[in-house]
Amino acid sequence: MLRSRAAIIAAVTLACLIALLAIGAWGFGIEYSYTLQTVAIGGGLLGLISGVIGSFGVLRQQSLMGDAISHAALPGVAIAFLIAGRELGALMIGAGIASLLGVYWITAVTQTSRIKQDTAMGIVLVSWFAFGIALLSYIQGRPDASQAGLDRFIFGQAAAITAEDVRLITVIGTGLLLITALFWKEFKLIAFNYEFAAANGYPVRFLDALLSLMIVITIVLGLQLAGVILMVGLLIAPAVAARQWVTGLGAMVGLAGVFGLFAGMIGSGVSALDVGLPTGPMIILIASLIVAIALLFAPERGVIAQWRRTHQTVSKE
Amino acid sequence: MNALEVEDLTVAYHQKPVLWDIDLSVPEGVLAAIVGPNGAGKSTLIKAVLNLIPRASGEARFYGKAYTAARSLIGYVPQRGSVDWDFPTTVIDVVTMGLYGRLGWFKRPGQREREQALHALEQVGLTAFADRQINQLSGGQQQRTFLARALVQDAHLYFMDEPFAAVDALTERAIVNVLRELRGRGKTVIVVHHDLQTVPEYFDYVALLNVEMIAFGPTRDVFTESNLNRAYGGRVGFLAQSRTPHPYDRLAAD
Repeated sequence: MLRSRAAIIAAVTLACLIALLAIGAWGFGIEYSYTLQTVAIGGGLLGLISGVIGSFGVLRQQSLMGDAISHAALPGVAIAFLIAGRELGALMIGAGIASLLGVYWITAVTQTSRIKQDTAMGIVLVSWFAFGIALLSYIQGRPDASQAGLDRFIFGQAAAITAEDVRLITVIGTGLLLITALFWKEFKLIAFNYEFAAANGYPVRFLDALLSLMIVITIVLGLQLAGVILMVGLLIAPAVAARQWVTGLGAMVGLAGVFGLFAGMIGSGVSALDVGLPTGPMIILIASLIVAIALLFAPERGVIAQWRRTHQTVSKE
Repeated sequence: MNALEVEDLTVAYHQKPVLWDIDLSVPEGVLAAIVGPNGAGKSTLIKAVLNLIPRASGEARFYGKAYTAARSLIGYVPQRGSVDWDFPTTVIDVVTMGLYGRLGWFKRPGQREREQALHALEQVGLTAFADRQINQLSGGQQQRTFLARALVQDAHLYFMDEPFAAVDALTERAIVNVLRELRGRGKTVIVVHHDLQTVPEYFDYVALLNVEMIAFGPTRDVFTESNLNRAYGGRVGFLAQSRTPHPYDRLAAD
């Protein structure tokens, strides 16, 4: 009871905050331009999707995998540019292929050698990212492509989001959320107890691959906005914060979606106001603030609640 | 027909055998223990039999059938330490997971599944904990939750990995009662066990394992000091009849 009340309070507080910020922005005379609207909607949707999909990644204790996946996307973006030019669809396909190859590479290294998974992820993360940066430098040195604008894939750039992109995010995002709803109990089972699912005859490899693919798609969708370095934050932070407030999986995934929506919307909105703030860092700063609040103030799990509990126990004795 | 038939099973990890040429025939309707020192391959044996880890050679048959054909007859209780008990869910939700296989794809559990889960919780004495968060459970309660999840599966052959590890006396008694009740209904249970003291009391059959199968058979024939010494490399200095804990047992058990 106490916990569900806390969740409601958290959600209501957030809604009030959004309203306050909107009024505040209006008060300061910021115009709701079409661009700002597009950017805020795109960022919000992306945050929502990341919060939902990221929850499963966090619960499977595979947070670092998301980081490796997004870093691995960069050479894909660069190679796609060299082949197809400045075509967003091609860049995203390139990012997706490179990310999937990265995941495959990590799995292959873990299975065929004695190298543990975290180490394998570390190796793939840095090597693919380094390769991507080298390719970007090469592209920027070419006379015909000096204005490629590929830097935005490193830290993200909200202003680059177009109405076309928002439509794409909406369609693919709806698909991802639908798949999550359909495979809800299967995803829950493999996240909680993989071996039990396997022993029960579930196609765990398929489910595992499907979930990884969904994380890859989410990351690729968000690359333009949040950038390869910080995209993982949008997957992890909302889930971690949500876990602090609620106890059920459904509540956690839902609240993570709301937190992601909030961070994505405000972060990209602020950075699109053209004050030179990069989008990825803005979104992640807001998401981190939500995490910090959750870690400190959440009932039962929060640092303060825990301190008070120990304190009370001691004083009773 | 035997409930479980294992032939020539070998499992290797980085070219090093962790199980070597295992043969095992467990008859129907018995409680069987797998015991052996640390690193003997007890859990590995269960996992290899259940296709959870690859095997270098050998095969396992369940009631004469291959694993894929017999899957609905098999229940599995993993080590309780193998999952994150801070996962956001309740006791009854975990127990209901045992029914997912029968529900099929895309279907959500409903009232009927809840009642089945509650019945299983009653059998392990956790009725009052049904809606409790799993991160509030003690080790023994976690173990009983896993046991209830296996019970709702209504399998014929159960594999349990260390269900008695570090549990309270109440839980130990509850598990033993459930095991006996299962045997009474003709089920077969194969248990990875670490406490040599309780083997003669709890189990009809025992497998002494140390990478190779040292001995397997009815407990009264197989559970002898010479067999134990072979399995534990002479580190066991106690008689099976003795009920007083001896420092060497602890050494062997740990």
